[in-house]
Parts: sequence; C-alpha cells; structure tokens
Amino acid sequence: MKPLLRRHKNHISYNFWGLIFLIPFFVIFIWLQLVPLGRTFYYAFEKYFYSTGKGSFIGPTFCGWDNFAYIFTNGAIRKYYFFDQSIGSWWMPDIAYYLANTLIIWLMGFIPQIIVSLALAIWFTDARLKLKFTRFWKTVMYMPNLIMAAAFGMLFLMLFSSDGPVVQILMSMGILHEQFSFGDSEFWVRFIIALINFLMWFGNTTLLLMSGVMGIDESIFESAVVDGSSAHHTFWAITFPLLKPIFIYVFITSLIGGIQLFDVAWMVTRGGGGPNLTSLTVMSYLYMLINKAKNYGQAGALSIVMFFITAALSMSVFYVSISQKNPEKGVARERRKRFRTYKDCDPTRLEMARISHQQGGISL
Amino acid sequence: MKKSMLAVTALAAVGLLALAGCGQTGSSGAPAASSTPKAAHHFNIRCWNDEFQGRFRNYSTLWDHTNEDGTDTLKDGTIVNWIIVENKDNKYQNALDTAIQGQDAAAADDKIDMFLVEADYAMKYSQQDIAMDVKADVGLTDSDLAQQYDYTKKILTANGKLKGVSWQAAPGLYAYRTDIADAVLGTHEPDAVQAKISDWTKFNSVAAEMKAKNYYMLAGKDDSYRTYSNNVTHKWVSDEGVCTLDPNIKQWVKDTKSYADNKYLAGTGTDYALWGSAWANEMSKAGSTFGFFWSTWGINFSLQGYADPAKLKKADSSNLWGKYRVCQGPQSYYWGGTWMVGAKGSDDVAIIKQTMLDLTCNGTIMGKITRDTDDYTNNKAAMTAIGNDPTYGSDFLGGQNHVKLFTAAADNIHMDYLSAYDQGCNESFQNAMADYFTKKATYPEAIQNFKTKLKATYSDVTFDATFDAAL
Amino acid sequence: MKLFEKNNAGKTPVGSTNISSNGCVSLTLAPRKKERISGTTQLIIRRIFVYIVLVILTLMCLFPIWILLVNMTRTHSQISTQFSLWFGTHFAENWSNVFARTNIKLDKALLNSLLIAFCSSVLTCYFSALTAFSIQIYNFKGKNIIFTFILLIMMIPSQVGALGFLQMMNDMHATNKFWPLILPAIASPIVFFYMKQYMEAVLPFEIIEAARVDGASEFSIFHIIVLPLMVPALAVQFIFCFVGSWNNLFIPSLLLSKEDMQTVPIVISKFTDTSNPINFDLGQVYIAIGLAIIPLVIMYLIFSRFIIKGMTAGAVKG
Repeated sequence: MKPLLRRHKNHISYNFWGLIFLIPFFVIFIWLQLVPLGRTFYYAFEKYFYSTGKGSFIGPTFCGWDNFAYIFTNGAIRKYYFFDQSIGSWWMPDIAYYLANTLIIWLMGFIPQIIVSLALAIWFTDARLKLKFTRFWKTVMYMPNLIMAAAFGMLFLMLFSSDGPVVQILMSMGILHEQFSFGDSEFWVRFIIALINFLMWFGNTTLLLMSGVMGIDESIFESAVVDGSSAHHTFWAITFPLLKPIFIYVFITSLIGGIQLFDVAWMVTRGGGGPNLTSLTVMSYLYMLINKAKNYGQAGALSIVMFFITAALSMSVFYVSISQKNPEKGVARERRKRFRTYKDCDPTRLEMARISHQQGGISL
Repeated sequence: MKKSMLAVTALAAVGLLALAGCGQTGSSGAPAASSTPKAAHHFNIRCWNDEFQGRFRNYSTLWDHTNEDGTDTLKDGTIVNWIIVENKDNKYQNALDTAIQGQDAAAADDKIDMFLVEADYAMKYSQQDIAMDVKADVGLTDSDLAQQYDYTKKILTANGKLKGVSWQAAPGLYAYRTDIADAVLGTHEPDAVQAKISDWTKFNSVAAEMKAKNYYMLAGKDDSYRTYSNNVTHKWVSDEGVCTLDPNIKQWVKDTKSYADNKYLAGTGTDYALWGSAWANEMSKAGSTFGFFWSTWGINFSLQGYADPAKLKKADSSNLWGKYRVCQGPQSYYWGGTWMVGAKGSDDVAIIKQTMLDLTCNGTIMGKITRDTDDYTNNKAAMTAIGNDPTYGSDFLGGQNHVKLFTAAADNIHMDYLSAYDQGCNESFQNAMADYFTKKATYPEAIQNFKTKLKATYSDVTFDATFDAAL
Repeated sequence: MKLFEKNNAGKTPVGSTNISSNGCVSLTLAPRKKERISGTTQLIIRRIFVYIVLVILTLMCLFPIWILLVNMTRTHSQISTQFSLWFGTHFAENWSNVFARTNIKLDKALLNSLLIAFCSSVLTCYFSALTAFSIQIYNFKGKNIIFTFILLIMMIPSQVGALGFLQMMNDMHATNKFWPLILPAIASPIVFFYMKQYMEAVLPFEIIEAARVDGASEFSIFHIIVLPLMVPALAVQFIFCFVGSWNNLFIPSLLLSKEDMQTVPIVISKFTDTSNPINFDLGQVYIAIGLAIIPLVIMYLIFSRFIIKGMTAGAVKG
C-alpha cells in the first residue's frame, strides 16, 4: 500500500517533469518558427512591396487573394526541354515552371543517387565480396556532404567555365574541338547542379541504406543462400522489400531537400537562372521576391503555396508507405503478390516468406 | 575517450581558424574605435567598389593616413568607414535602401554620411529626401560648380535642387589594340583608325576584315550595348511605371544578332557577357579581340586592370601596356559616371562639403587626377588645358593624349532619358537577350524572359505593346 | 522434395529437403562442382566491377577538391590560361592577398561563422537530447500527439517561414545580430528524432528507475546518467549541425547586411565580383573557397570513423 501510494505520486510527478523538459523546444518553436510562419501567412494576404519609382514601401494593405491569383496566373508559354531539345511548348504559370525545373533537377540527381547508393550499400554489406579499404571508400564518399553548397557551386562554376579546366581537358583530349560553353546549355547547367547534388548526398544515402541492410536479420540471408538464390534474386525478393521503410525515409527527406534547392542553383547560374530560366528553382524565385523585388505580399503567397505542396508530397509518400502495412488495405495485394512469386512453391518456402514479410513490418 | 576527442575537435577547429584569422599582418576585426585612444568620430561612405576610395586617399585634402583595418583617418581624427557592396544583381541598391530606411533610427556613428550613385540609378536617389541639396544643405556655391559639365549637374537635379556632384565626366570611346590594327588595317594611328570606323557601316565592314584574319571585332554580346542604350529617345520606364522598348535598343538586338551569326564576336555566351571571366580575358594578351567600347573611367579602372593582370604598370612581353589606343568610334555616347551624394542626418556636413569641393570643383586637383589616372574629370577648364597640352600623354595608352578627343564631345552629352529603373532594366535585358544570341530562344521568348526577370526585380512595372512587335 | 536452382535454364537438382515428424527441415545439398567454380569467377568479375565503380566515384569526389588545392597555389594569369594538375608556388602570395583585402573581411567572417555554428550546434544537441528524453522516458497525456506533431514539423522547409522571420527580426531591430541565427537551433525536429532513436536503442528504462530509487532528481538523472550515455550520438549530431550551420546561406544572407557580421558563405561570393579587375584574382577566389571548405574537411577526416559509425548506428532503426 505504501509503495503503491508512493508509486502513484511519483508517477504523476515524473510525467510532469516530462512536460517541463519539453518547454524549451516548444517555446522556441512557437516563437521563432510558428509565429514567423503565421506572419508569412499574414503577408500573403497583404499588398506590400517596395516601389523603386517612389523609393519607399507601398502597403501593407489588405488585398485578399490577389497575391495568390498573381502567383497562379502569372505565366507564359514556355518550352519543355528534354536533353536540350524542345518537346513542345504550352502555357504554364511561372510557379509551375520553376517547380518543374526544381523537380527535374532533383530527379536528375536523385535517380543516379539512389541506384548508386543501393548498389554501394549492398556491396559494402555483402560478406561474400570481401571488399578491401572499405573505410577509405566510405570516408571519401561521405566527404562532399560537408562541403558548403555555395562553395561547391562556385567551384564547379569556375571548373566548367568556357576557359576553365574541364573545357581545357576536353579540348586537349580531342573530345571538344572548340570552346564549349557549359553555362549556355539547359541540359548541362541542370546536369552540373544535379551532379553537385549527387556528389553531396550519395555518401549520406549509402550510409543510411547500409544501416538498413545491416538491420536485416542475417538468418534470412542465410536461408536465401541455402535456397540457392542468386545475389540478384536475393536483392529483389528479400532486401529491397525490407529496405522499404528506410527507402521511404530517404525519398521523403531527399524530396524535401530537393524542393529547397537554392544555393547550388543560384551559384552555378550566378543568379541568372540558366538559359531560358531552366534552372531557376522555386526557392531562387522566393529569394528574388524577398531580396530583389522586396515584394513581401507575393513572397508570402509563394511561401504558403510551397508549404502546402511540400506537405502534400510528404503526406502522400508517407500515406503510401503506411497503407502497405495497413492490414485492411494492403494484405489482399500482398497475398496475391506472394502467390505469384511462390506459385509453384512448397510450404517451407511459403513459411519462410511469411516470416520475412512479417519482419519487414518495421516502424518508420 | 570520446569526450576527449570532442574536446580535441573543438580545440582543433578553434585553433585552425584562429590560425587563419591571424594569417594576416596586424590586428583586424576589432572596430577602429577601440584602437584609438578616444572614441573617434565616424564618417560612413557607401560605395560599390574602391574607385572612389583611391581618389579620396590620393587627392582629398582632408585625408591623413590609412589604418590597418581598411578605414582612413582624417587630419581632424575622424575615422572614415568604407561600406562597399558590389553592384551586381541590385545588391548595392538593396543594401543602400535598407540603410536609408534605418537612417533615422541609427546611432550617429552608424548613419550614412555620404553615398555614391551611378547614372543607372542616379534619378532614383536624387528624388529622395535623404539626398542633401548641394547648395542649400551642403553649402556649395554656383561659382564652385561653374566648371562642371552641365549634364553632370542636370542628372542629379530634382525639383530644381542639385542633389549630387561628380568628379568625372564619362564620354564613350572605342579602345583598340595597336598590334591587331597593324596586322589588319596596316596602321594604328588613332586618326587613321577613326576614319575607318567612323560610322556603323564602316565599322561593320572592318568587322568583316577582322574576321577574315581570325580576329574578333568585339568580345561579347554586351560590348556595344551602351552605344545604343545611351542614345535612346524614351525612358526605360515612364513616370507612370510603364516599361517601353526603345527602337534603338531593338536595333542593338538586331545588330548584335548579326554579329553573333557572322562570328564577329569572340563569344556569345554568359562567359563573354559584361564582366564575364572569358570576356575579361579577351582584353589581355591571351585575347584576340580588336577593340572594346569603354568610357573614360573604364580606361584606367577596367581596361588597364585586364590588360596588365600582373599589375606591372609598364610595358612587358606578358601584357598589353602601351598597346591600346582610343578613338571616338562609330557613335558618340557616354557610359555611367559616379556621383557623390550627401546623406541627410549626417553630422559631418563640413567633411562632405570639403570632399565635394576638393574632388569636383577644384580644377588643380582634378587636373592632377586626370594626369595621374587618365580619368576624364568634371572640370571644363582643366580638361581644356590638358587637352591642349602637347606634353601630356597617357603612359598606358602609349603616349596618346586622349583628353583632347573628348573636350568637345563631353560638352554635348545629354542624359535626358534616365529612369529610376535603369539598372534592373539594363541588366535583365542584356541577360535575357543572351539566349537569343546563343540560339537557345527565339526573340519573343527572350522578351518573355526579360519580362519575367524584370517583374522579379521591380513589382510595380507594367509593359506596353512595344515588346510585342516583331524584331 | 527437391529444391531447384531457379537461375539455370534447365532444372538441375540442387538438393533435397526432408521434413521430419517434429517439423524440422533438414537439407541435403547435392555437390555443385561446376556451379561452385563459376560462382567464384562470377564473384571475381563482380569484385572487379565494384572496384572500378568505387574508383570512379572516388575520383569524382576528389577531383574538385584536388583542383581547388592546386589552384590555390597558382596566380590568376596561370589559372586562366592553362590547366595544371600539379601545384604552383604562389600559395603564400595568394594567402596574404586574401587577408590584405581590406574591403572583404574574411577573417571576421570565419570567426562569425565559427561562433554561430558552435553555439547553435551545442544548443541543438543539448535541447534535442532533452526533448527526446522527455518523449522517450515519460508517459504523459498527449505524448503521442506531440511526437507526431514534431515529426510533422520535420517536413516544413525552412525557407517557408523565412519572410515572416525576417520581418519579425526587423521589427525587433534584431537584424545584424547573431542570436536570431543561434536560438532557433533549439527546436530541431530532425536531430530530436535521431536522439530519440538512439535513446530507444541504448537507454534501458531500468537505469532511470534505479536512479530514481536512489533519490536522484530528474535533472540530475538527465545530466549525470543520460547525457554521458548519449555522447556518441551527441558528437555525431554536433558535427552535422556545425556543418549545417557553417554552410547555411539563405537566411543569413537575408538577415546579415553589415559587413562585420556576415558569415563565410556570404563573404566568399564577394570574391567572385569580376567587375573590379584590379581586385578580381582567381588565386584569391580559390583560397577563399578553400577556407570555406578545408577546415571542415580536416575536422571530418579526423573524426570520420566516429561519424560513419554514428550514422549507421543511430539512424532509422532497422
């Protein structure tokens, strides 16, 4: 009884401490992140900008949805490019154009990044391969992550300039016969930006995926070997499904990071946005609105739109991942899939597959 | 072990950076005030490069010595603080605007005392209250200002009040290389060369000759821009905020496109644009461009720096010192210029007044500036004297007396069509047209890109139908 | 029952399994001499391929750094005319030129960046650990809601609130001060998440209970017991946050306009201003970029083993 009472009292007071420890986080969050977000919301509905002609700020005056209307209707007929060739042109609002630029550049960097990182993660954790110098490889590959994006951008800008080292090397190798301007080609500017992103993040992704692979129980791999599964088959049937939670984590964080792309694109194009504005990202546009045009109304509206787009993207990926573990939704699909794979299979295999899938239900 | 490693990290980082920080001689970083015995008075000047700094240090009668941290001490002990923000991308204007907004609330030592403006945004600041009236507030008299060229006064006159003064006039010219002139034209004498390029038709035919011998007439797409843009008949943006495309600027697009297609330009891309790295290289010995359009400030400030990258200041096999001459070129024009503006709220009006008197009104000092730097100063009497002086010649220009060329031209400069939006319009237009010259965009698309860029720079601008007409 | 190797065109018997009465599966493998040799050859081919890819990737990562180091030692005219793979001799000259530039205060910027990065990393690590401790150990009402809420915050890009943040700082006359860049680091959801995962793995609840029984206050439990256990995670996150804060460009460039207060990313872009030929010197530009990069690289190389272990240990629990 006495211990019971005491436990009850301490139980409450301990939890009270928990709330106290949360206070710094939430105070700072609400004051320095939530309130500014609220102010951004506020500015989105105000007409508030700096007029060069008058030399002073105009506003803030309430203007309803005008800024949003401007963001979505301010556009032009623009070409879509695929490897430097135009594949058609149609009207799109500027924000859609910049968003498309951002996503294209992100994909150009992310797809090689995930392929290379997956491959590296498998290779580094494959006991059969017995790679040497793994610490050296890992150290070197993680290093670009530390480098300031802006510095990286400036460095590559100078490396790829018309009289820079890359052009000089290519000319001495005979690949280029005259000076080629990397900075004037849509594809190459995007390529350089994507390359920088790739170099900066593939080490990080490799390590994350490695941790995921190392978290898979060894015995599953052993039974796969016993089963006679080749490396290729092991990967697709066992490793990849089990890596899905980490994969989704990597995908979401990379997507959010990709949308925030600013430093590299700005430095590589020297603030110009690339030929035909094909490398002007959404955040570059936001920066221009805040810093150059000083149009806080439109900047606010753009911020809000980006907030919802990012939230929608993350939520949808998150939702897809959860639904696959949700028994009501995904199980029928899963059962059908498993049946296809193990159609002519014996009970042992089915049993092992079921166990491995159960273990695949790892929380994010 | 891990905790100590953390401590080692922190120490190593701090040590490394302290090493970097101490890698230069003398103290740094500490505000100048703490290094002088009593709290010294500050005089803050805002500009976008160190051209004026050089003029001030070498010619101002108030200057005493330069301190180690980059500030200057005047004879009365005032510390001159230089706030330099680069011009590109509107950065200088942005920083200046922010500072102007905070002028009233700032401490006395933090207030702007003087700031510089360029022709491209002179109008914008002359209309603002922060600019002090040169006669009423600063105390200059009409007789002080008598020798200044009229256009330099007219530009910064707003509502009948003169708001700023300049130490330079900026007539435009064409600077060419004597070695290429000899190789292609057979002569390098300025008069002879001028006869061959005295109008655009002749200029274009000489361009063809240059191409035939594997030289380039101009380095990049922006080279000839100012000869067109400073001979317009409309403002970029009208007083009602409507942006219009002057026919002369359209002509620039047409002419530059034909130059690009005919390969008379060393390069059409962004690296060969104004201030690009490859463009700068063309002015040195490694380049093969015949000539460049500059105005007088460009000779000693830009051309000299690019032609003599090792800063030897004398002829050498590695540089082009003495191998450039200047002539008028196919078109008379002007380009830029820098004006000094006193800022209201300054507590050092006497210093402002003396600086303005020294550098913009004193004929002796201004004559000396021209003899030393080849700059064309804003004093009619001094310039006429130097122009007529048979012993004067610029060493960088191989002994040529270029001042003589401009004494007549400078009087005829008219800057009637300036607007407050010029810097953004000029920059955005040149950038947007790059895609047209490199064949990445059609002319309407490049115009569209211009509009997009301009709206991201100035929110209150609308466009009229001149942009929709075909090229 | 026979097991078949799926990859072969025909079906060669691999072995057979027997399920005994108690449900155990026993396996007998048929000898696979031919496959074992080709298996080894396959392995060797794979290994060669892997090494080639690794070498290519290493070159891609190191080439820019190498060019940076090489060009730091050459003069402007050397760099712009000719490409070189080996060092020049002008390092000292470039170095002193960079710091003699009175208009660009790179040394002050380095100190500013160091101060901001150090303070924000310390604050982030400490308070994220504190918050993670709170969520992990305590059970109060709404804990799960708060946890999910913090996870949701993780998905907001930082630039979205930048405008409001900037205006707020303007109103408080807090532009050109460091605390707006340091204080927000206290609320960092990503670091919090990492700390929580790590705590889940290494902190058994029994220790807390024992400490409580011993009469320790919650504060001292956190500082004396939990923090020491978290040191590897704290160290890793300290380095990450330091790097992140050092490299941050967007918000500092909007907030810091006074030259004395600017951080390294803002200042190094001033070196690339080509409009002033007297001052534009490629050797100096490379030194400036190098100063922005090399200190971090050195720190990283010293602690690489640490960092990599921490990345793979405390990341999303697999």
